[in-house]
Amino acid sequence: MALLQVNEIHTYYGNIHALKGVSFEVDSGEIIALIGSNGAGKTTTLRTISGLMAPREGSILYDGEDISASRAYTLVAKGISMVPEGRGVFAKLTVEENLDMGAYTRRDGGIKADLASAYELFPRLEERKKQVAGTLSGGEQQMLAIARALMARPRLLLLDEPSMGLAPVLVDGVFDTVQRIANEGVTILLVEQNAHMALQIADRGYVLQSGEVAISDTAANLRVNETVQRTYLGID
Amino acid sequence: MNLLRSENARTVLALGLLSGAFILFTGAVGMIAAFHEREIVNDVISLGQLLLLLAPSAAGFIAADRLVKGGAAPREIISGGLVVGLLTALPTVILLLFNSEEYRFLLDLTLKLVPFVVATYYAWKLHGAGSDQRLIIGSWLALVVLIGIVTFSFALIFEIKGDLRGVLPNISRDWVDVVTFDQRKELMTGISTLLLVSLGAGAAGSILFMLPPIPRKALLYGLGITLLVGAFGETVRLILQENVDRDTLKQIFRRDTLRQDPALMLFVVSTAAGFLWAMFGQQARLGFSNLEPSRRRAVNGLGMLIFAALLLMLPWLIGRTLSDVAVTIGIFVLMGLGLNIAIGLAGLLDLGYVTNYAVGAYILAVLTSIGPLGRLDGVFTFWMVIPVALLAAMCAGFIFAVPVLRMRGDYLAIATLGFGEIIGKLAISDWLKPLIGGAQGVQAIPKPIFLGTELKNPEQLYYIVLFASLVTLFVSIRLNNSRTGRQWMAIREDEDVATAMGIDTARAKLLAFTLSAATGGVAGAIFAAKVGTVFPNSFTVFISINVLSLIIVGGIASNPGIVIGAVVLIGLPELLREFSDFRFLMYGALLVIMMIKRPQGFIPSQLVSHEIRAGVKAKIATAD
Repeated sequence: MALLQVNEIHTYYGNIHALKGVSFEVDSGEIIALIGSNGAGKTTTLRTISGLMAPREGSILYDGEDISASRAYTLVAKGISMVPEGRGVFAKLTVEENLDMGAYTRRDGGIKADLASAYELFPRLEERKKQVAGTLSGGEQQMLAIARALMARPRLLLLDEPSMGLAPVLVDGVFDTVQRIANEGVTILLVEQNAHMALQIADRGYVLQSGEVAISDTAANLRVNETVQRTYLGID
Repeated sequence: MNLLRSENARTVLALGLLSGAFILFTGAVGMIAAFHEREIVNDVISLGQLLLLLAPSAAGFIAADRLVKGGAAPREIISGGLVVGLLTALPTVILLLFNSEEYRFLLDLTLKLVPFVVATYYAWKLHGAGSDQRLIIGSWLALVVLIGIVTFSFALIFEIKGDLRGVLPNISRDWVDVVTFDQRKELMTGISTLLLVSLGAGAAGSILFMLPPIPRKALLYGLGITLLVGAFGETVRLILQENVDRDTLKQIFRRDTLRQDPALMLFVVSTAAGFLWAMFGQQARLGFSNLEPSRRRAVNGLGMLIFAALLLMLPWLIGRTLSDVAVTIGIFVLMGLGLNIAIGLAGLLDLGYVTNYAVGAYILAVLTSIGPLGRLDGVFTFWMVIPVALLAAMCAGFIFAVPVLRMRGDYLAIATLGFGEIIGKLAISDWLKPLIGGAQGVQAIPKPIFLGTELKNPEQLYYIVLFASLVTLFVSIRLNNSRTGRQWMAIREDEDVATAMGIDTARAKLLAFTLSAATGGVAGAIFAAKVGTVFPNSFTVFISINVLSLIIVGGIASNPGIVIGAVVLIGLPELLREFSDFRFLMYGALLVIMMIKRPQGFIPSQLVSHEIRAGVKAKIATAD
């Protein structure tokens, strides 16, 4: 059974019909990419899954349980972690405090060990652990946002535009990291405008177009799909 | 013209005009005359005259700083100070002339000339820009007529009223007395004195800046301490009164004013002390930081011990009047620490904090009053009601928090502001009159009784406030470093991301409002017991604004900052009571200056100084 199953969700901003029946599945251990242009509904989909917005219709099953009416903060304890768009680090808190906030819902003894493994994954963060997050570079902030999300020990990691606003050199690094996290057994749902990179690490992908799923296929097939190439990969 | 274009000349001009405007303004609103009432050193200088001296010397000092950076020679710097002094006095001198019988014609002349001068200036500019001749003449005529109408109306007003007082009521004889150094009769001598004093002060300021750092620091310490002691002579006398016999006191003070010899002695001693500190302070600090950690802790502990002892003995040291001020300060420290939970930690801009204060005060009033409204016949004592007041305020905080949970930032501020107003109106309403007395309020609130003694003096009430503040301080330090504190900080930073971390933001905000309200209730109850009566007009929006300001001035989210903020914003106005309305002018000026020069507050919390440094870094980064 799929870890996450999204069935025909309709989400509105006031009167604006943003998601018009989006459905997809994420299986355990997969990397799934949601690609699409600006305003296609990628971020809305993520916000709906993470509970920051509620769908008016449709259901979201996580591990067999309907979470479409759950409040956002309850989902973290269930194993869904989000890296918000624009990174969303707590700019005035130090790196270490940010990471502590990631483990907010946990009360087990493994937090220290996880902190160590976060620093292992991102040695850069250890160098700067006493530094205020707002003074980090964009790439470092992205690392911090991802590391913070991992501190909750998620089964499902939602990544919203991790490459946004980063220098091309850093983008490779971020996708490398995502791949490594997936290898550790974390399921990943990735929203990206950078379709080229996203489809390289993803197992499967969904193309969103004005609030609907236009194409769904394996990443390998999407990479050679003519429409995708023309519209999202910039290949004529 | 070339001279004016240089950066240095412009600096001097701007600073001089600024301090001139300051003198003119403070004179025109009556501040100088009011301040003249308070002498600093007997028969030597008053607070009003100090303003006349302080403005040019401060401007001269700053000008010297800028000129040194601009690479000026010492002679230029002193002449810069002189120019600043001249410009400071100039507007006041002109006003003096306009205001006098003999030179009134100058005002008339100026008013008649102004339209022509301004019109000609613009015509000249148009000519320079190569405009059409007819346009130049036409606009010249139009300007003369337009400005002429304005100045003519001014002239008419003066004509009718006879002197400037019709327009500027505070340009009075008292003002003339102060600015001419009591030479109203011989105006020209007075004006020369003012000019000389101002020139001297400006030059002195610039010379002071050019002194080597150690004597400069020493002199600044000496002057500052002497002037402060003199300006707050009454306060200092009240403190000394407790510990010094009357004859000695009489030798130091004439009524509330420092006598000349003690003032001189104080200046010499404080300058010498400043000199020693400037010479050896650095070494002392270095020596301290070189100490072994255990020794350092011992020194710190000793310091804390002395501080604690001072806090405990404070009422005996400062006497009744100042103890009363200390109790008021303590009440505001309590509220500051409470409101800081909402504003500093959780970032919830609550402008209705007075609600909790009022609830606490009225609860105590109604439950303990032995007057007609206290139907419980004094069954409840102060000590029994304090927890009730605390819980009631928490309930009020909770109830008012529920409807605004989803609001953020400005909207929250407006809504809470409304709640504060609602409480004020409820307190004064006829509807609740049978219960809480409407506009008459509740009277006959008994003082707290502790182990059989009635705590009726401020010296005794002080200990209640001190104890409550220490408990609150302890709780708020613990909160700051707790999981709960962390969740508030996360919400303050970014509510959505906080939710994504698994924080129940609604619950956390409710908790912040409720806990924040608690100390407000206690503060209100102590206030009611201190005053003995509770009136609705004690609970205005100004309470909320005062508490907010003291947090911001002291340093947001910084506990020691809040204490300092309360001392400065609540204590100082109490000591300046005789200046009535000018207190608020100074209060406002202080707030504006603080926000420009030191937005992080007197003692910023680590967090905020991080932020400000980050801001500076970001600025540097973008400048690259």
